[in-house]
Amino acid sequence: MKLKKSTLQNLITYAIVIAAFAVCQAMISSGSMSRALRGQMIPICVYIVMAVSLNLVVGISGELSLGHAGFMSIGAFTGAIVSAWLLGAVQMENALLRLLIAMLAGGVLAGVAGFLIGIPVLRLRGDYLAIVTLAFGEIIRNILNCLYFSLEGKRLYVSFNNPSIPGKILVNGPAGATGIVKIASFPVGFALILFTLIVVLNLIDSRTGRAIMASRDNRIAAESMGISVTKYKMIAFVTAAVLAGMAGALYGLNFSTVAASKFKFDTSILVLVFVVLGGIGNIRGSIIAAALLTVLPELLRAFSDYRMLVYAIVLILVMLATNNEHLSTLLGKLMPGKKKGEEVNG
Amino acid sequence: MVSFLRFLINGISLGSVYAIIALGYTMVYGIAKMLNFAHGDIIMVGAYISFCAISYLDLPPLLAVLLAMAVCTALGIVIEGLAYKPLRQAPKLAVLITAIGVSYFLQNSALLIWSSNPKVFPSIFGSSALQLFGGALSITSEAIVTICANIVIMIALTLFTSRTKTGKAMRAVSEDKGAAQLMGIDVNRTISLTFAIGSALAAVAGVLLCSTYHTLMPTTGSMPGIKAFTAAVFGGIGSIPGAMIGGLLLGVIEILGKAYISTELGDALVFGVLIIVLLFKPAGLLGKPVSEKV
Repeated sequence: MKLKKSTLQNLITYAIVIAAFAVCQAMISSGSMSRALRGQMIPICVYIVMAVSLNLVVGISGELSLGHAGFMSIGAFTGAIVSAWLLGAVQMENALLRLLIAMLAGGVLAGVAGFLIGIPVLRLRGDYLAIVTLAFGEIIRNILNCLYFSLEGKRLYVSFNNPSIPGKILVNGPAGATGIVKIASFPVGFALILFTLIVVLNLIDSRTGRAIMASRDNRIAAESMGISVTKYKMIAFVTAAVLAGMAGALYGLNFSTVAASKFKFDTSILVLVFVVLGGIGNIRGSIIAAALLTVLPELLRAFSDYRMLVYAIVLILVMLATNNEHLSTLLGKLMPGKKKGEEVNG
Repeated sequence: MVSFLRFLINGISLGSVYAIIALGYTMVYGIAKMLNFAHGDIIMVGAYISFCAISYLDLPPLLAVLLAMAVCTALGIVIEGLAYKPLRQAPKLAVLITAIGVSYFLQNSALLIWSSNPKVFPSIFGSSALQLFGGALSITSEAIVTICANIVIMIALTLFTSRTKTGKAMRAVSEDKGAAQLMGIDVNRTISLTFAIGSALAAVAGVLLCSTYHTLMPTTGSMPGIKAFTAAVFGGIGSIPGAMIGGLLLGVIEILGKAYISTELGDALVFGVLIIVLLFKPAGLLGKPVSEKV
């Protein structure tokens, strides 16, 4: 049987993820993984999903988005509220079911937000589009800072900029969502990564994906072929927002409190760094970069004060090295099989 | 009415700081076509240098500002030479990530040198204030100095780019690098010079910002940096009068929004206005619309 090249690449990606999960799970159950690293497992899953979904926007659809953390925060807050409501008002005891419903709700709401934001954003181009996504990320964070939610019996109270609402406070303005029952688990995180991969990889290989990439490569040519550029860019943008919302819900339910300040501009940039270092448009690269760079500050803990400094220097040096002409010709000589500029989608 | 005027003046003062930062942003963007995310952190370095000069070396404020400008100019040239120059031909995103790396580097270096405890920036322009309407409206000396500095810088930059040979070279490089090089302009030197000017302006902005708000932390520069960038886009990136108008409008909107609508939503309002402007004028207020060649 002869597989298509892209199918083979995709299968390798799935295999890497499944193998990594198996190794991690074995290490956790045998107790050979350190506490600090075990605590990083769910954030790693979350950041992998964030990086893959952002890569769909930046790499596949070719639009620089600087507000991806905004969708994550919508997911996190929705997830926290929905899971608390399911526990308090519906008396749903099953934690796994609550987690899944919360993630679904987070994804749907983030997707709606993505659609609404996408309408104005996708009319713009280049750096202007980037700055507007940044602006929307900050607006979402500001609005979340003013929201108050509480639960009394079966009733959910919402107020804007007014902390005096009855019952048990779920979301407390700038202090964020509080009293979250931690129900996120590593296997669900792994399942979310698989789900994200299935969605994104299949999207890329579909007719829709080819239309998205055509709009990226040459907008005018794509338009003259009858492709509605805005529609396809919107599909990519909303899909990424939904996935980011689901990741956000998982992230939120991994902590007892989540404040909107966790989803600052810095978080969007962090995810963008994963995407760029992993290779723009390269899904497997995003996964590896997100996993390694989430662990890296943890591994650099020995340097304590210097670790973020080292991180910054590593970042600059990697960018300088990967864009160095002499180095890439040297690598080209060492690895004659791989042509320069060849892109691996998978 | 008087309180409105007070807010308006505070807004113009804050807007002047944004405008000075935005001028640096817009010049660098115009010539190097890159979003220099480290620009905000150069503001912070400038403020720390002048803080140290005043508090530890007992230098007079004017000398401290000049020292900060000199250090930041050197810093700007070094950063450009080490981090950005090798990436001239690289894709835009690679340069952006490098700029983010430089920004992290500056913030964390400042964290190691000066610690995360906020420093209280001294009042360098004295505590005298201009009293109007029988004392009902007082304008602080910081506000007056900031607004004047903004006007002086704006005029000086406009004259520099339109009258001097170097300034014209800058405009030529920002319009077409290849053609400029054919005319005998040293492109690399011109770009370095632009970074130097932008960084010196950032130092001035840092001192003005901190003498108005008095707290200084390693992260002081990042939010004003982002807002100034927004201001530059708002006014039409690459345009000097645009950066000025964008900065002033943004400062006024922010202060009035915080005063009359909601303290928490001040920033959201600023970004909301930016989005609306870009929807109707996609190249900013004074930006030139770029026609696409097929």
